[in-house]
Amino acid sequence: MTVMEQRGAYRPTPPPAWQPRTDPAPLLPDALPHRVLGTEAAAQVDPGLLRRLYAELVRGRRYNAQATALTKQGRLAVYPSSTGQEACEVAAALVLEERDWLFPSYRDTLAAVARGLDPVQALTLLRGDWHTGYDPHEHRIAPLCTPLATQLPHAVGLAHAARLKGDDVVALALVGDGGTSEGDFHEALNFAAVWQAPVVFLVQNNGFAISVPLAKQTAAPSLAHKAVGYGMPGRLVDGNDAAAVHEVLSDAVRHARAGGGPTLVEAVTYRMEAHTNADDATRYRGDSEVETWRAHDPIALLEHELTERGLLDDDGIREAREAAEIMAADLRARMNQDPVLDPMDLFAHVYAEPTPQLREQEALLRAELAAEAESEGTAR
Amino acid sequence: MTTVALKPATMAQALTRALRDAMAADPTVHVMGEDVGTLGGVFRVTDGLAKEFGEDRCTDTPLAEAGILGTAVGMAMYGLRPVVEMQFDAFAYPAFEQLISHVARMRNRTRGAMPLPITIRVPYGGGIGGVEHHSDSSEAYYMATPGLHVVTPATVADAYGLLRAAIASDDPVVFLEPKRLYWSKDSWNPDEPTAVDPIGRAVVRRPGRSATLITYGPSVPVCLEAAEAARAEGWDLEVVDLRSLVPFDDETVAASVRRTGRAVVVHEAGGYGGPGGEIAARVTERCFHHLEAPVLRVAGFDIPYPPPMLERHHLPGVDRILDAVGRLQWEADS
Repeated sequence: MTVMEQRGAYRPTPPPAWQPRTDPAPLLPDALPHRVLGTEAAAQVDPGLLRRLYAELVRGRRYNAQATALTKQGRLAVYPSSTGQEACEVAAALVLEERDWLFPSYRDTLAAVARGLDPVQALTLLRGDWHTGYDPHEHRIAPLCTPLATQLPHAVGLAHAARLKGDDVVALALVGDGGTSEGDFHEALNFAAVWQAPVVFLVQNNGFAISVPLAKQTAAPSLAHKAVGYGMPGRLVDGNDAAAVHEVLSDAVRHARAGGGPTLVEAVTYRMEAHTNADDATRYRGDSEVETWRAHDPIALLEHELTERGLLDDDGIREAREAAEIMAADLRARMNQDPVLDPMDLFAHVYAEPTPQLREQEALLRAELAAEAESEGTAR
Repeated sequence: MTTVALKPATMAQALTRALRDAMAADPTVHVMGEDVGTLGGVFRVTDGLAKEFGEDRCTDTPLAEAGILGTAVGMAMYGLRPVVEMQFDAFAYPAFEQLISHVARMRNRTRGAMPLPITIRVPYGGGIGGVEHHSDSSEAYYMATPGLHVVTPATVADAYGLLRAAIASDDPVVFLEPKRLYWSKDSWNPDEPTAVDPIGRAVVRRPGRSATLITYGPSVPVCLEAAEAARAEGWDLEVVDLRSLVPFDDETVAASVRRTGRAVVVHEAGGYGGPGGEIAARVTERCFHHLEAPVLRVAGFDIPYPPPMLERHHLPGVDRILDAVGRLQWEADS
């Protein structure tokens, strides 16, 4: 009988040094997404936190609407809206301490704003005046990342470096459901688990990678299940339940800070708008699906909880909306001013010291600009 | 003035010494990669570093090049100076997205707020009988990416000096190590290493008057040998070792070609779309009126790197270089 024929009966004896992990059960996510709002657990949440989450959600929704409008006016080249996903964005920003780092993807402008970044600076990339409109060190927000999942290993490296230096810093990295198919997702999770780096991965599963639905993206029972293979806990959470996302991320951040290593959190949510203004979502999803999710709106869920418990009244709601309007008006006014650009910036930050070749090109552009200015002067 | 005892040392030893000295001088320097710790690297370049500085500073990573470079980006963001090893030229390709989309442009996209002082060591080139994927000359890919410095030493002293400079640089440096020169010996004083060499300066390895051989890395010794052999033909060849492909030392190269009036670019990488085309164009633009002949290239063939038993036919050797020199329109000159 060959080895192939005795399959089933054949059990290789592992060499003594190799011991399989026997504790996969604690790593497995729950079968259903964790929820807080509308359950008894909601009563345990600090009312102050719920009110803060609410104010940020309302502001975030308004921010998404304003940025989308700016796109239609041609003020932004593109805007990937996070409408419907605000609970994830806001919770991601609020669970972090000042010393922690956030690693956003291109759709996570709102998380950066909720963390304190100037709304105009957050839109620089999308307006097109520079790639990153802020100093990442100021609020500890890495540049908005356009290639998928490539920011995840950065988060791991930063968290690892911080721990090597003895700093009590956690990195939180955001990625979409499509990004989990990328090789960098795998490598980042593997490095994080092997190094036990203090990093939290938040997958915002919004149902589609542009047009490709989750079922065509993965055969895993859930994206949170992917954690098990790396040896880290996976958590599944209702991504429209701001209190639940905040709780699960807080747990994960606490776990990481205490030296427990990384966690993979999958937030199940939905992108209410198209991928960007360049996308036609009607080609790949029906209105009824969108309406089902509209009934599960993150702001409505939280508003219902707060009003039911007498923690929010009409005045409170109006207050939140007014604050959001003030932010939107300010954003609109400042975005309607043309940015002042210096073409010589093209050469300023390629290297610490420009190469001789770049100096030659710099001189060429300077001469072109001078000639341009002169001919404009003559024309006048 | 004290006399320094020069001893023979290999390029690999000089590289190890450079890493050790850099780590000792600066606690933020971290060496990382596959097999760099306990094993000391497959070429033993990181030998002893884990023992001396601990596994936190000389780290065996999981086998994943994108992960190695991607985590190095995060480490550099937090103020460390990672030196990553890519083990072999063709093994670096999975890391290209990190290299091109992030490493090369992080300074630029953040307007200088987030420079990435990462050194990427890539053993490259052929001539060691390596099987497929172990002998590529990938320098053109790196040269074509703005934001990267690309350097390659050809001597033991340069291996030390340039690696120290690369690690000290606030910008990412792709440090190409000609693996067939790892065991080449040179008289060097390992007790008092030479000064750190600035990146971006070519050097005249051998002065000559008849023609200039412009070369770098593994082809430098070949060109020196060709220059010796050329004396029998009555040619006195100058050999310029570029050392740095980015930035490019136009000054040294052009000065040499203006003196000699003839030039041949020599490298292992394929000729089409290869570094030689760029170099020949730069030389022509600067020295046209001094040139007695077109700038010629002696390069590897435009083929995937061949199997080891055929590589000697692919690699530019002395004869092929001398043939090219012979085609430099000597008749027209006389």
